[in-house]
Amino acid sequence: MYKYDEYDRSIVEARIAEFSDQVARRLSGQITEDQFKPLRLMNGLYLQLHAYMLRVAVPYGTMDSRQMRMLGHIARTYDRGYGHFTTRQNLQFNWIKLEDTPAILRELATVEMHAIQTSGNCIRNISSDQYAGAAADEVTDPRPWAELLRQWSTFHPEFTYLPRKFKIAVIAADEDRAAMRLHDIGLQIVEREGKLGAAVYVGGGMGRTPMIASLIRDFVPFEDFVSYLEACLRVYNRYGRRDNMYKARIKILIHELGADEYRRQVEEEFVAVKALGIDPPQAEFDRIAAHFAPPPFEQGLSDAVDRSDPDFAVWLDQNVKAHKQPGYAIVNISLKPVEGIPGDASADQIDRMADLAERYSFDELRVTHAQNIVLPHVRKADLYAVWQQLVEAGLAEANLDLIGDIIACPGLDYCSLANARSIPLAQKIAGRFADLGRQRDLGELKLKISGCINACGHHHAGHIGILGVDRKGTENYQLLLGGSGAEDVSLGKITGPGFSEDGVVDAIERVTDRYLAERQQGERFVDTYRRIGMEPFKEAIYG
Amino acid sequence: MAELTTNPADAGFLRFRDDAPHDEPAVTLDAFLGQSNATAVRLEAGDDARALLPYLDRLALVEVSFPKFRDGRGYSSARVLREAGYEGELRAQGDVLVDQLLPMRRCGFDSFAPEAPIDQATAQAALARYEHFYQRAADPVQPVWKLRHG
Amino acid sequence: MKILTGNDLASGDVVWWTGNGWSRHLADAVDVGSNGEAIAHVEEAALRVNVPYVIDGEQTAEGPRPAHIKDRIRALGPTVRADLTLKPADPNAGSWVI
Repeated sequence: MYKYDEYDRSIVEARIAEFSDQVARRLSGQITEDQFKPLRLMNGLYLQLHAYMLRVAVPYGTMDSRQMRMLGHIARTYDRGYGHFTTRQNLQFNWIKLEDTPAILRELATVEMHAIQTSGNCIRNISSDQYAGAAADEVTDPRPWAELLRQWSTFHPEFTYLPRKFKIAVIAADEDRAAMRLHDIGLQIVEREGKLGAAVYVGGGMGRTPMIASLIRDFVPFEDFVSYLEACLRVYNRYGRRDNMYKARIKILIHELGADEYRRQVEEEFVAVKALGIDPPQAEFDRIAAHFAPPPFEQGLSDAVDRSDPDFAVWLDQNVKAHKQPGYAIVNISLKPVEGIPGDASADQIDRMADLAERYSFDELRVTHAQNIVLPHVRKADLYAVWQQLVEAGLAEANLDLIGDIIACPGLDYCSLANARSIPLAQKIAGRFADLGRQRDLGELKLKISGCINACGHHHAGHIGILGVDRKGTENYQLLLGGSGAEDVSLGKITGPGFSEDGVVDAIERVTDRYLAERQQGERFVDTYRRIGMEPFKEAIYG
Repeated sequence: MAELTTNPADAGFLRFRDDAPHDEPAVTLDAFLGQSNATAVRLEAGDDARALLPYLDRLALVEVSFPKFRDGRGYSSARVLREAGYEGELRAQGDVLVDQLLPMRRCGFDSFAPEAPIDQATAQAALARYEHFYQRAADPVQPVWKLRHG
Repeated sequence: MKILTGNDLASGDVVWWTGNGWSRHLADAVDVGSNGEAIAHVEEAALRVNVPYVIDGEQTAEGPRPAHIKDRIRALGPTVRADLTLKPADPNAGSWVI
């Protein structure tokens, strides 16, 4: 994984000094909250329902055990003993004191971490495929490209006050595990005539107006990569709407201009930008890529796994994925226990996961956009031992990609923007479908809950999505069907009138019952929905 | 409006140029394009800086308005002008706060007419804070990748 | 009743206006009548509170009750973590919110 050199370190150190100074100026009243807010947001600091919330960046979701343990340490020392992993592969603490933030940033910096640009109207943490470097289906490891973009976007002077936030995802496989086309810019690294480059998709996003990104350029080679993105951003910065924050994302610009006109403007801008010499040289790419060289895998390992423990076998089938290296596997740790809070992990669990990564996974962990954790490189011979330790830590829920593996935003229990609570609903749904055999019979079923229209819980992209709304002071939930954030990307459609919390759980059960009655051989829920359409499900729900 | 804010005697005016301040009032882009002899122009946030490109060699001052500090269009306006070779004074005027000075300098602004005065010492500290930058911009700084690889 | 609330600037804690200061406990909140904005202005300027705002509520037998669920959750804490609320020993405290 990437390690800082003196330059990276000096930039993060300067940032700590700068932000500490901004905090001091706020605490002494030299700047108003209105002036401070965009400054603190650019450092991931929100004022939420109960306290300040600090979002720590996990670039492209990759961490080592020291970094993970530091998160546990901060949870214990400055927060209330836990953290929340987010859909953009970051981690947020819910109970932070403003006056503690300089100390927290200094601690984070000791393990090459920070909170830079985890919020604000700037380019956010670059997200990526949680199986990068391990996936059997990848063309290359996408993370060097993501790291290149991390550096390019960090304190980019022109793009610090964009019309709205800006999210970029980079993948390098046809299977999309990062919701790439639901990002402002989605990049898929592809190979063409022996050369790597990026297919550039622009204008995706969720929020109140969900849109799927359009292909703007099918191949941008490395030597033009930064220039091309600079051109994409410049057109947005100049012409994105600033009159209405709800229409300020790049998806609206592209919708209003049309993809062809946006492309024409970008290509024109690219000609000007390309001449500036802003593209890093191949040597810089090679330097970064060397940090992502494969770990020293053992050769000649057996692929055999003893499946005699039935509980282990279930977990193996559900949470363990194929690795490109013989004898190794990818382990998913579900942070979705039935009674739990999706994405939350206690400081002790964080430490345990760090220990497992250090001992069994070449010291690497990943955060997934589904709010789970991955041990990317585990020897198959170690899987049983890893599973046993996960069981001890309460981390062996075998529900990856099943209905219990719910993405949920923090909702009204924590978030000042929310209209309804998400977590209690997630817990009720998980409780209703607690039987793992039943979940496995339903098969892959991605259920995603947002507590407001901002869609942090990705409800538009759920096979089943739920949107919490405020109906005259009461929490109410709309049900959506047919979305997907994967390579079969699609946007869910609302079934009809909304429900109470209990009502929506019942409605989901009627939907899944109808699916079981209708499905054909091999069909996932979303496949059946696409084949038969909304009507049979509406009929099941509303009668 | 233009007369008041382009007066370098205003409190809080910051300038990073050796030449003498330009004292001709800046005219609007429309007025500039409609006459031939103005040497100072004011760009509103939504104005297209590229409209000035044919006239750069007779411009001594371009003032870019920041109606709200959150409105970042002026950063692109500045870079467009500098990238096209404009060497005259480039002034950020309006809701310009100390924490914006550094990115503005990097985009090519070399004078500042903030609505609320900026403390000189705080400004100097903010501008000196970073030794290294990841990306090439409109200032003479060598990006980190250049320092790494020569 | 009208209740004035906000967050402590340094700690971020939820606070309620008591008539002569700020309390972490909603039970201490007073009816600010039409003075809420004026008090908020003075207190924010003096850095004794951050992002203050006035809400509707009613006086009940159990004390002041904000009209909106969001402020009731602010007053108590997250309904999904009883241990982190201001009433950690009361497992039913969350039902007050709903």
